[in-house]
Amino acid sequence: MIPWERAGETVMTKVDRQESAVLRGLVQQMDEMLRSRIDEAPQDELATLTGMRTGPSTAPEDPILSRLLPDFHRLDDEDTSKQDRDSAAALRSLHEPELLDLKTGVAGVLLDTCPPGGGLVKLSLEQADAWLSALNDVRLALGTTLSVAEDMPDELPDDDPRAPHLGVYHWLTWMQESLVTALAGGE
Amino acid sequence: MSTPVERVEPVTAEFTAEDKPWQTIVWNDPVNLMSYVTYVFQKLFGYSREQATKLMLDVHHKGRAIVSSGSKEKVEGDVAKLHAAGLWATMQHES
Repeated sequence: MIPWERAGETVMTKVDRQESAVLRGLVQQMDEMLRSRIDEAPQDELATLTGMRTGPSTAPEDPILSRLLPDFHRLDDEDTSKQDRDSAAALRSLHEPELLDLKTGVAGVLLDTCPPGGGLVKLSLEQADAWLSALNDVRLALGTTLSVAEDMPDELPDDDPRAPHLGVYHWLTWMQESLVTALAGGE
Repeated sequence: MSTPVERVEPVTAEFTAEDKPWQTIVWNDPVNLMSYVTYVFQKLFGYSREQATKLMLDVHHKGRAIVSSGSKEKVEGDVAKLHAAGLWATMQHES
């Protein structure tokens, strides 16, 4: 892969076959997780009638989904009031359906524009912003799995089961950083 | 600017608490890139590069920063947008 380049209203890069397969595979996995959460949403007659969707009122148990779909208030404090807990439940229920739509939407843009066999990736600025969000979501998912910390080394010891995946994480970090630089620098 | 005339009105503690503006808080996390967080602050809130960078550094060094404030509805919308961008944001009453 080469760094992203911006020319006017377009940003471009090239990915090889293997890079595309890794990236698409990760985004597809994340997309499936998000869609499984959509399927869990409560169905009721009122929602069907009004078209107003209601999401679950509690955070996902899965740590990856829980990071991708955060609470609206800090609930990890022992002093958290009942008022905050109730409010967080109501706000999640209200906002989560749209958040899931946005996250599966940006994943879809990436999958539509990243050629499966590798090659040129050419994006409008709007598509590039979708890529930024999708890359960030995938890094959040992988970072949660790998328990990424602030001072993460470039490489882990060979006997660490996370070692092979850390390279992929760093590669995604590099790709996102390069895309932000291309977008922010072209203003 | 005008100076508000002081009026004595009986205000209950509960009313005062409800009347205070809300704040959008962004929390530090080990995954989000400094450059990306700055970019998101500029894009979502229209902050200058300097303002956005200062807020990002506050998040990074102090663990959190207040990135916007106002009515409950406004702050709720800001938190939703930050969640869509993948940032760890919550809302709270000003204290």
